[in-house]
Amino acid sequence: MLSMIVRRLIVAVPSLIGVVIVTFLLTRALPGDPAAYFAGPAATKEAIEQIRVRLGLDKSLAQQFVLYVGDLARGDLGVSLTTGQTVVTEIENRLPASAELTLLGLVVSMAIAIPLGILAATRPGSIVDHACRVIATAGVSLPVFFTGLILVYVFYYLLGWAPAPLGRLNVFFSAPPQVTGFYLIDSLIAGDGGVFIASLSQLFLPALTLGIFSLAPIARMTRASMLAVLSSDFVRTARASGLSPMTVIVTYAFRNAMLPVITTLGMVFSFLLGANVLVEKVFAWPGIGSYAVEALIASDFAPVQGFVLTMAVLYVALNLLIDVLYGLIDPRVRLES
Amino acid sequence: MIAMLRHARYVVGENPVTGLAVGLFVLIVVAAVFGPALVPIDPLASDTVAALKPPSAAHWFGTDQLGRDIFSRVVVATRLDFTIAVASVVLVFAVGGFAGIAAGFFGGWLDRVVGRIADTIMAFPLFVLAMGIVAALGNTVTNIVIATAIVNFPLYVRVARAEANVRRDAGFVEAARLSGNGDLRIVGCQVLPNVFPIMVVQMSLTMGYAILNAAGLSFIGLGVRPPTPEWGIMVAEGSGFMVSGEWWIAFFPGAALMIAVFCFNLLGDGLRDIVDPRRRT
Repeated sequence: MLSMIVRRLIVAVPSLIGVVIVTFLLTRALPGDPAAYFAGPAATKEAIEQIRVRLGLDKSLAQQFVLYVGDLARGDLGVSLTTGQTVVTEIENRLPASAELTLLGLVVSMAIAIPLGILAATRPGSIVDHACRVIATAGVSLPVFFTGLILVYVFYYLLGWAPAPLGRLNVFFSAPPQVTGFYLIDSLIAGDGGVFIASLSQLFLPALTLGIFSLAPIARMTRASMLAVLSSDFVRTARASGLSPMTVIVTYAFRNAMLPVITTLGMVFSFLLGANVLVEKVFAWPGIGSYAVEALIASDFAPVQGFVLTMAVLYVALNLLIDVLYGLIDPRVRLES
Repeated sequence: MIAMLRHARYVVGENPVTGLAVGLFVLIVVAAVFGPALVPIDPLASDTVAALKPPSAAHWFGTDQLGRDIFSRVVVATRLDFTIAVASVVLVFAVGGFAGIAAGFFGGWLDRVVGRIADTIMAFPLFVLAMGIVAALGNTVTNIVIATAIVNFPLYVRVARAEANVRRDAGFVEAARLSGNGDLRIVGCQVLPNVFPIMVVQMSLTMGYAILNAAGLSFIGLGVRPPTPEWGIMVAEGSGFMVSGEWWIAFFPGAALMIAVFCFNLLGDGLRDIVDPRRRT
């Protein structure tokens, strides 16, 4: 198992190198002159030139790349020109908000999609099966920001069940003492039920939005792989041995059918991390997505670079995790490697 | 060809949903081509007296905060959204398709380089990479097209590469080679026509994603600028009014977006059934 993880880690290295090169190249091509922007509109030519030297923008591309990699190795992602904060602190402060939202979104979508897929597969051609197909197709067709807005309109404006879509916590509450950065967990640790309910009610709509968006691939894959597994020999044997349908589906079929579903999680995460940016904008969520959007509009290159890099590294790490999980569930993968 | 058409008719007959998608597609094309000539009111004309009015007989989809007619704006926006999607898909079809075919057919270092580029793109969450590309190249519609094409590149390369690789040693390719055709001629006249239908299916399957991607980028303020009518930016403009109950400003452009994507996804599935019945799900 350990050797498999190590081997998989080595495979991830070229991806990471590619990611670093691409983020570097992307941000060097940003429009506008960062030195002129940093110096302000009243700056003289000499002042701009000084800042250019200080930022290292006068050096050749290769030299700048070496400097960039050196900074990265020290965990330095530069300073945001608009807020004056270092990018690392900003991302550290905002990442828990995004992570909590994305993970809860994934939980919501799996909680809906997997039972739906299983039901559709056990009753092919039934109403549930058709509903599964319609929901899955509609789910991919809905622009994620549009779903979010509709949910806000229905649950906040019409029904009044949800709080205003403005950030992680209602203004009447203060954030729980930070342990994990996840308000749901931190409020439980602090034993503050009020904050827990408040943050859950803020999280509910954006997480549901993300869940609806990522439902389709999981439901489709669950249905397809359950169908394949249910028609296999070992399921027939299990049925013939007189096991209850529940045992056959849950213990025998489900565990095997989960393998392809876990593989699609990689793709689902690619969608989720991107959709996260849009959902954060709709719900004024103080995560790294909205940070990047603000920086993009201001042509502030360090935060954009930090954001793209963080997202890509997270994504590579998630794919790694998925592979390890795959190995845990399926012993054959371990033996082969 | 006739057999193919008959099969197409059979598939459409079997699956009425594909028929619906074809109908929607025609509607979208008509709106894209004739939209600006069809709409009753200038999509840019503001009328502050009639601002923020709900849908009525005079303004079918209501008016926005500047009193512009939302129906006209939604219809006129079709051309821009459709053009962005088609342009990006055609671009990636050409570049990704040829790169993939070359990689699959010739193999060797070319295959490794193309594969490495595709892997690097896939290492990013796609929408995040698209954001980065548009930010880097400049905030224009052309760059939205390029960014959307780049993030779709790996998909096209994979399909084209796999299809070309299977046919590399096929009998008809061997025969063409023995009768003295050069590699380029074999690729152009033998491999390409065989890979083409599958690539067209890929194209219609990614059209919906291309529209969503472009609209998402303009929703966060990249690319298209106000007052240009475009679905993503119109939803963004209406998003602030959602909490105060003026739902129609964001709803109609969002619904148009949804219908367009839905149409392309269904059309892609239908086309795949015609071209490649084995992959039917």
